[in-house]
Amino acid sequence: MKYLFLIYADETVAAKANPTETMLPAYAAYSEAMAKAGIIRGGERLQPVNSATTVRVRDGRTEVLDGPYADTKEQLGGFYMVDVPDLDAALAWAARCPGANNGTLEVRPVWEMATA
Amino acid sequence: MGDGHGVSERDAARAAAEAAARGSYGKLVAFLSARTRDVAAAEDALADAFASALDAWPRSGVPSHPDAWLMKAAQRRLIDAARRRRTGEAAAERLAMVADELASLAAAERLPDDRLGLMFACAHPAIDPGIRAPLILQTVLGLDAAAIASAFLVPPATMGQRLVRAKVRLRQAGIPFRIPGPGELGERLAAVLEAIYATFAEGWLDPAGTEARRRNLAAEGLWLGSLVAALLPDEPEALGLFALMLFAEARRPARRTPDGSYVPLAEQDVALWDRAAIAEAEALLTRASALERPGRYQLEAAIQSAHVARRLDGRTDWAAIALLYEGLAVLSPSPVVAVNRAAALAEAHGASSGLAALDGIAADPRLADYQPYWAARAGLLARLGRTGEADEAYRRAIGLERDAAVRDFLEARRAAMAAEAGSQPPSPSNSAVDR
Repeated sequence: MKYLFLIYADETVAAKANPTETMLPAYAAYSEAMAKAGIIRGGERLQPVNSATTVRVRDGRTEVLDGPYADTKEQLGGFYMVDVPDLDAALAWAARCPGANNGTLEVRPVWEMATA
Repeated sequence: MGDGHGVSERDAARAAAEAAARGSYGKLVAFLSARTRDVAAAEDALADAFASALDAWPRSGVPSHPDAWLMKAAQRRLIDAARRRRTGEAAAERLAMVADELASLAAAERLPDDRLGLMFACAHPAIDPGIRAPLILQTVLGLDAAAIASAFLVPPATMGQRLVRAKVRLRQAGIPFRIPGPGELGERLAAVLEAIYATFAEGWLDPAGTEARRRNLAAEGLWLGSLVAALLPDEPEALGLFALMLFAEARRPARRTPDGSYVPLAEQDVALWDRAAIAEAEALLTRASALERPGRYQLEAAIQSAHVARRLDGRTDWAAIALLYEGLAVLSPSPVVAVNRAAALAEAHGASSGLAALDGIAADPRLADYQPYWAARAGLLARLGRTGEADEAYRRAIGLERDAAVRDFLEARRAAMAAEAGSQPPSPSNSAVDR
């Protein structure tokens, strides 16, 4: 089953701790371990939320707004897509994510589409 | 609560209820469900009894026998519940059973202790092995599903469902709440001990003790271990497991520096080890050996004993430890044992013989996500100067580690190896981390 790991953390704290220096090697090793185990299907780190733009179309009019969809205390900072046998395996991998130590991981099963 | 019953009475009542809950919960559940085998109903009745205790005790004072008070209150709930189900076909039978229990309670001077019978039921072959430890934690100690779920890395709703299903099975399958006869005791005891060890090990995973829930789990594992060792004093494996957990717990204060950095066993400051706990563990192990029935937990305790012998003369007898692991590998083979044996061989006979032992198990698919294998491999490859392969193994180990302190430790080793090899560290490794 495919699961999406959504990595949430407080960007302001992370910025002060200089995450580029301390977290990057840990994330690189984590991604590599998932690749070697053959479970990773994708994943990226995102730019800070102040770079976000939201778009919606209502009654034929397009609205474009600065900022994220929702202002939250912890922000979505990155994601992984994994393919593992079950939720237990997904949670075991999520707990190893460096982001789990200073933030929160949301683990969401992917809605599997029936292949036509 | 009216005036005149201040905070102190309420606190005293709460403290008394909590003490009763900790010391007697399992006894009460075991007694209340022994005949009906309906653990869920017993737990519901007990929860009500505890609620009424918190309401009544601040006003009337804490009773002299809180257990008996709780037992009677829970019994009344069970009888009420059985009456409400009078139309059901089993109601009459249940009422008779409850009345029977009441009569035997009145006859008993003290609350009988059938926690061991309850544990054997929870670890019965008909119960899924994965749910045995959680089931024991809930029925014997009264831990809630959410706390158990977090410790075992399972969603709380899922853990709740699994526990409910297991309790239904206990009731429907007719699993007896008793200590098995001599013929099957050994095998059945192994399942009970395994569940207790799983409890302790989950708690042990949080060495810094930063997560109160996990630390409590190690304490609960120890407590269950002491209970089984006390109730089955002639079972060497029960003594062995309790000794093993005591040895491990004795080293807890030395597993982290004050700033939270990871300290491997071989580098731990022996002055920080708990000598009283070690002495108790040694005594247990001696008693177990005298029974002359060796087993897995006694061997593991003996290995721990060999490690903590370093406190006496500053030396570790790695050859003896490797030999003990060899015995353990025969008795209960696992990747854990194989990796530890290789590590001991490396200390006793050199890095290359340790690495050869690791190569011998490399085909096991379970090693793909087993961190200690990659950490051990990295360390040995580094010692042999095979830095390229070592670097890869270090990265694999770091990526598989859940504990940030251990990740930092491995990262530091990896950087040190790179510096020694004369090259730049592969990545900037800043030790001023925010934890």
